[in-house]
Amino acid sequence: MKYRFTYLVVSALLLLATNVFAAGTIKIGALFAVTGPAAFLGEPERNSAKMVVDEINRAGGVKGRKLELVVYDTAGDATKAVQLATKLIKDDKVVAIIGPSTTGETMAVIPVVEREHIPLVSCSAGSKITDPVKKWVFKTAQNDSLAVGRIYEYLQKSKQTKVSILTVSDGFGASGREQLKSQAAKYGITVVSDDTYGPKDTDMTAQLTKIRGSNTQAIICWGTNPGPALVAKNVRQLGIKTPLFMSHGVSSKKFIELAGDAAEGIKLPSGKVVVADILPGSDKQKKSLLEFVKDYQKHYRAEGDHFGGHAWDAVMLIRNAIARGADTAPAIRDQLERTRGFAGIGGSFNYSAQDHAGLGKDAFVLVEVRNRDWMIVK
Amino acid sequence: MQFDQILQYTLSGLSTGAIYALIGIGFSIIYNATGIINFAQGEFVMLGGLLTLSCLELLKLPLWAAIPCAIVVSAAVGILFERLAIRPLRQPTPINLVIITIGGSILIRGLAMLLWGKDTHAIPPFSGDEPIAIGGATILPQHLWILAITLIIIIINKVYFYHTISGKAMRACSYNRRAAGLVGIDVRRMVLFSFIISSAMGAVAGIIVAPLTMTAYDVGVMLGLKGFCAAIIGGMSSGMSTVIGGLLLGVLESLGAGLISSGYKDAIAFIILLLILFIRPQGLFGKADSERV
Repeated sequence: MKYRFTYLVVSALLLLATNVFAAGTIKIGALFAVTGPAAFLGEPERNSAKMVVDEINRAGGVKGRKLELVVYDTAGDATKAVQLATKLIKDDKVVAIIGPSTTGETMAVIPVVEREHIPLVSCSAGSKITDPVKKWVFKTAQNDSLAVGRIYEYLQKSKQTKVSILTVSDGFGASGREQLKSQAAKYGITVVSDDTYGPKDTDMTAQLTKIRGSNTQAIICWGTNPGPALVAKNVRQLGIKTPLFMSHGVSSKKFIELAGDAAEGIKLPSGKVVVADILPGSDKQKKSLLEFVKDYQKHYRAEGDHFGGHAWDAVMLIRNAIARGADTAPAIRDQLERTRGFAGIGGSFNYSAQDHAGLGKDAFVLVEVRNRDWMIVK
Repeated sequence: MQFDQILQYTLSGLSTGAIYALIGIGFSIIYNATGIINFAQGEFVMLGGLLTLSCLELLKLPLWAAIPCAIVVSAAVGILFERLAIRPLRQPTPINLVIITIGGSILIRGLAMLLWGKDTHAIPPFSGDEPIAIGGATILPQHLWILAITLIIIIINKVYFYHTISGKAMRACSYNRRAAGLVGIDVRRMVLFSFIISSAMGAVAGIIVAPLTMTAYDVGVMLGLKGFCAAIIGGMSSGMSTVIGGLLLGVLESLGAGLISSGYKDAIAFIILLLILFIRPQGLFGKADSERV
């Protein structure tokens, strides 16, 4: 009995102590798919979020208050994401949540944050996240529709009207396929063949042989590594001369490394991170981009990518909201909605009551692989 | 044009099929020696590719040295697996053994993820990547390597099982373990041998396919399943019928993806698997009670 009493007192004291200590800090929750199939998103996102929060704190916090980031790993699982979101809200008492990494998880978490009135800044790309607008939900990743628009705009300009699409059969590919098909008419483009491949497929020559037999003027492949690298190699193997386009899902050096020589001449819409150093000086984002790339290199000895950038943007958007005087969940939401002209990694954000995605077509640049590096297509 | 397309589908299918065949033979060798299906077979395919990568990049070995090195290390992992996971089992009922191999495959995959990370890695082709035109179709030099190496391995396999003492002993085990033990064959040793051979073969498959498909810690799952399919079509024989099973599977997959719809590519493999299991569980070419080696 005596021991139990001591234990109680000690734990009570500890609890009190943490409370006193934590009084000045503002807690932000984060849900990232650090492990599992979407780890290529979650890992750089977690790294970037931690990095930028550390930096904010080292610089004295926001308005003298430190930020505390509580990160949970969802493993890309929507059920887990919902449980962890509830945990962040009920146990950790966060004022805002960053993430999750994938569209599926985000859609699952939305009802929770809407019910609990906690602002969510998602790092996933699906356009249905903010369309229609939900009061408490924002996002930083560029809509697929913007990337599709970039490619179609280019095709329209170069008078190529017949395209073949080859998309991966997962969420990313399905969303791209939908956009590619629905936007085609708007740009006077017809989709002459529509094929898919599995995320684990190792040979796409069958699909490409079929495409070779059609009268297509451009091939658009929508997927994330490694599939598109295989597509690039297969296209080269089959001697297909039709121009090949990829999605922003492969805009990292890893793609060039995997596809090797087969990557030469491929064009794709990309967030500006990978081309930060060759952007014209007039670009508003250039400063943020260079800063992010340099920091990421310093902390993790790896190249910062746009996935990490989504988390960087999310933290900075919340930081800016706090800097404008918000420190409760409703106030942060209101301030987020008032974000104008924030030049982040993903693009220039302008949120409003009607637009919680906040980005325009300038979020993407069309790049081409030349000599194993990126080049901006004018 | 149509003919060119079909030629292309067939050639692509044959080279993928050769890989399935190699993996499938690995399955049947262990099955025949031990009566278990080694679901960790696919992981050796993954190990082959990734170990080659490490030999090339960390040890800076040339390709011709990196490949044997990777095969030897994979075979060593096979030995360890048999010694640590299969042999110590007190009651080796088939269900226990199968579950152990599944557990083993998850463990190997997990360790590989920690060692090599989650990224996909590329391995240089053995001899350039200039496409070769055959009729209206094109293949890469690597496809020729795959077909040639598969052929050589199948011949070595045949010679080993029919013309060496230990090969004959292994066949004896597959007919009747008890009788083989009674005539003085060390059955446990044969089991160990079967693990060495099949892990080495899995590794070879992983190495020759890696320049084409690239490799990552999780490539073993799908390749393993397809190899298993090939072995089932071949009636779990470690000879020609599994090879034909693999090639058939590869070609059907490729034709299916090209002529019907690419969405059904994997479905084709598994529909064939189910059909064979329902209609001809002894394999496409097997008599109801055939020899299995």
